[in-house]
Amino acid sequence: MARIDDTLAPTGAWLQGPRFASVLRACGRQLIAWSPVIVLLIAWEAVARSGLVTPFMLPTFTGVLERIATDTASGDLPVALGMTMWRALAGFFISAVAGIALGVAMARSRAFNWFFDPIISIGFPVPKIAFLPIIVLWLGFFDLSKITIIVFNSIFPVVTATVVGVRGVEKELIWSARNFGTSERALTWDVLLPAALPQIFTGLQVTLPIALIVGILTEMAMGGYGIGASMQTASRFADSLGVFAGIVEIAVVGYVLVKLMSLLRARLLVWHPEALEPTTA
Amino acid sequence: MTAALSGVAFRYLPIVILAVLWQMASEFGWVSTAVLPPLSSVFEAGWGLITSDDFWVNAGASLYRGGVGLLLAIVIGAALGIGMAWWRPVRALLSPIVEIFYPLPKSALIPVTALWLGFGDASKILLIFLGCMLPVTIGAFNGARGSERTLVWSARSLGAGRLRTLWDVVVPSAMPELLNGVRTALALSWVLLVASELIVARAGLGYLIGFMGDGGNYDGMFAVVLFVALLGFIADRLYQMAMQRALRWRE
Repeated sequence: MARIDDTLAPTGAWLQGPRFASVLRACGRQLIAWSPVIVLLIAWEAVARSGLVTPFMLPTFTGVLERIATDTASGDLPVALGMTMWRALAGFFISAVAGIALGVAMARSRAFNWFFDPIISIGFPVPKIAFLPIIVLWLGFFDLSKITIIVFNSIFPVVTATVVGVRGVEKELIWSARNFGTSERALTWDVLLPAALPQIFTGLQVTLPIALIVGILTEMAMGGYGIGASMQTASRFADSLGVFAGIVEIAVVGYVLVKLMSLLRARLLVWHPEALEPTTA
Repeated sequence: MTAALSGVAFRYLPIVILAVLWQMASEFGWVSTAVLPPLSSVFEAGWGLITSDDFWVNAGASLYRGGVGLLLAIVIGAALGIGMAWWRPVRALLSPIVEIFYPLPKSALIPVTALWLGFGDASKILLIFLGCMLPVTIGAFNGARGSERTLVWSARSLGAGRLRTLWDVVVPSAMPELLNGVRTALALSWVLLVASELIVARAGLGYLIGFMGDGGNYDGMFAVVLFVALLGFIADRLYQMAMQRALRWRE
């Protein structure tokens, strides 16, 4: 922007330039896209100030922003955010690597499939968060038990998506790769995984929010810093500013993570026909 | 018949192997029974629980909360989703809000609902309603958007009114994705229910798990955990069966 201003501003011609117009249009589109959120925030502020509800039930949005600012300045928020993200992302990456490995093994080996298929199909719909006290009993109260329960919850979508994806790879692809003398190892890495990537990535996109949800739940149930823990403390002390600050923080984190994943998907799958379809995002 | 039966037995053999390993682990002292009570004593504790009133009071509380919350989520969520697909102003108004709240980790709602409605049934019902509504809305929306234009046009040109087209064409064609959304909501409702009862409650299965764990009654705790797991599994299987039946017309 600065460069455009420096070179073109004196003449005033840039105001009519096609570049400026497109920037303006992009800004306008963003503004329109976000306008309901802005309206929602203004409505929140208005309702909170109107006296219809007590500040305890709904603190003002500006008050919440102030609280977030103080928590950021005091260092509480960065620490909490860091702890939450570290556990959720560690759990997510372990689930991703182990889940893809197990999924490929199940899709390719009958023995693996025989052993794990009933375990996965029974385990998937089970509310695994109920195992939290058992994991705590085994692994204690700290990061290890939290990350374990995150993995325990978020590995399932990755495994099933990988199995479906790898099984769905066109037979012709596999045959022609074999015909060219591809080793089994190269077949997995160069043919099966790339061809199954759309499904696998969908599994990862499903599982990332689960990792975050479960991570925050463990913090609420067990403490140990993190946004969940500070929200739970705030709730116990009837500190509604703290609770709503947590909501806003978690909403922003969740939104950013989900957006990043869909950007990454668009980038990784540029070669795939789906990239040509109109996006719904 | 016997072939089918042995097929099923072979399929679920790994589960039996795990159960046997569990029993052996505590039988032969591979792990301390304080950490992993033998499966047999978990079953015993489970039987004791099933025959006690206390257990059913807690189970009833959980099922009531989950059922009411989920029902509200399905009815209102489906209406919103179809409304968003069918009326442009509704979509313009709601879709950004849905987009913002959809990725919100639903666990964040637990302290808020507790703040608003206390520690009883109402806060859990609100939590499950808010947490489970959006997957249903998105499913209904995508399904209704995907209903073929030609079908809608034919219905309209054959003289069906807007509402009639909505009910007879759009709603049925939205069904598959809508029902998938409900399945996600069903799974989510269990997670939110058990978690919120573990964290703040004075009744319910989640509460019972936490209570027994704190009291050192690990046999009982394992039994309730397995019971919750089994209920979640059965609910999902029953739902899938019902869904297949409901969608038989598609075949």
